[in-house]
Amino acid sequence: MKSAVVVFPGSNRERDMIAALEKISGQRPVSVWHADSDLPKVDLIVIPGGFSYGDYLRSGAIAARAPIMAAIAREAERGVAVLGVCNGFQILCEAGLLPGVLMRNAGLRFICKEVELRVETTASVFTSGYAKGQVIRSPVAHGDGNYRADDETLARLKGEDRVAFRYVGNPNGSIDDIAGILSEKRNILGMMPHPENLIEPLNGGTDGRPLFESALKAVA
Amino acid sequence: MKARVTVTLKNGVLDPQGKAIEGALGALGFAGVGGVRQGKVFDIEIAGTDADKAKADLEAMAAKLLANTIIENYRVEIVG
Repeated sequence: MKSAVVVFPGSNRERDMIAALEKISGQRPVSVWHADSDLPKVDLIVIPGGFSYGDYLRSGAIAARAPIMAAIAREAERGVAVLGVCNGFQILCEAGLLPGVLMRNAGLRFICKEVELRVETTASVFTSGYAKGQVIRSPVAHGDGNYRADDETLARLKGEDRVAFRYVGNPNGSIDDIAGILSEKRNILGMMPHPENLIEPLNGGTDGRPLFESALKAVA
Repeated sequence: MKARVTVTLKNGVLDPQGKAIEGALGALGFAGVGGVRQGKVFDIEIAGTDADKAKADLEAMAAKLLANTIIENYRVEIVG
């Protein structure tokens, strides 16, 4: 599986993501700089976590307008898988590639801990390796993870089976306990938790591994 | 031309920062304070003298970047 990891000024989880992708796919991902306007042909595009542009204006707002985002939108339209984790999720929402917005955590605190997620759908290239209803562990580390969407959008997400993960024990006030959502075509996944940080026993667990293995299997 | 864009949270959108500020105002002894909502103000200088064009540009700037219209409203004004 060929993959690309997009790096913005202030991204800081790209190394973990690159290590996870390389370990699982056996191929080192290409790093792509935000100012580039073209992407190499890959099977998976990942926007990693961090604090792009220092979270200025709104988390992900400036990054969402970077030149590379038009290329990501084009590839996503073609059906290429796109994964946004943490700041990557915020960027995808700000770019309009996913609906809704991530606001300040309801408790106002930055949360850095392990949480439990329930897998809500297996119908995507990212979640087909899990069982529906399976509860998995995943670290979170964010200040703006409080997912919000209007009633109509929320009803659509639920009606179209596009909620990928829900928190078991909501840490940040997200509406309907939402931790991750899929795009209409189901090839874009945005999620606040960090599956790339639980991929081998040395990390303390491997619950994040099936997410990448599913994507790998989908292109094999 | 000097312009000002004011961005405020839409009604009904939870504002935990506004709530915390409201609590702090109460703790300072300001009685009867409620409904605190935090927003943003952008002061912008625009070249040229065409106020209508400037306003139209500012509206586009607000809609495209300065505000997230899912959760925020914006107001544009020329201030001098």
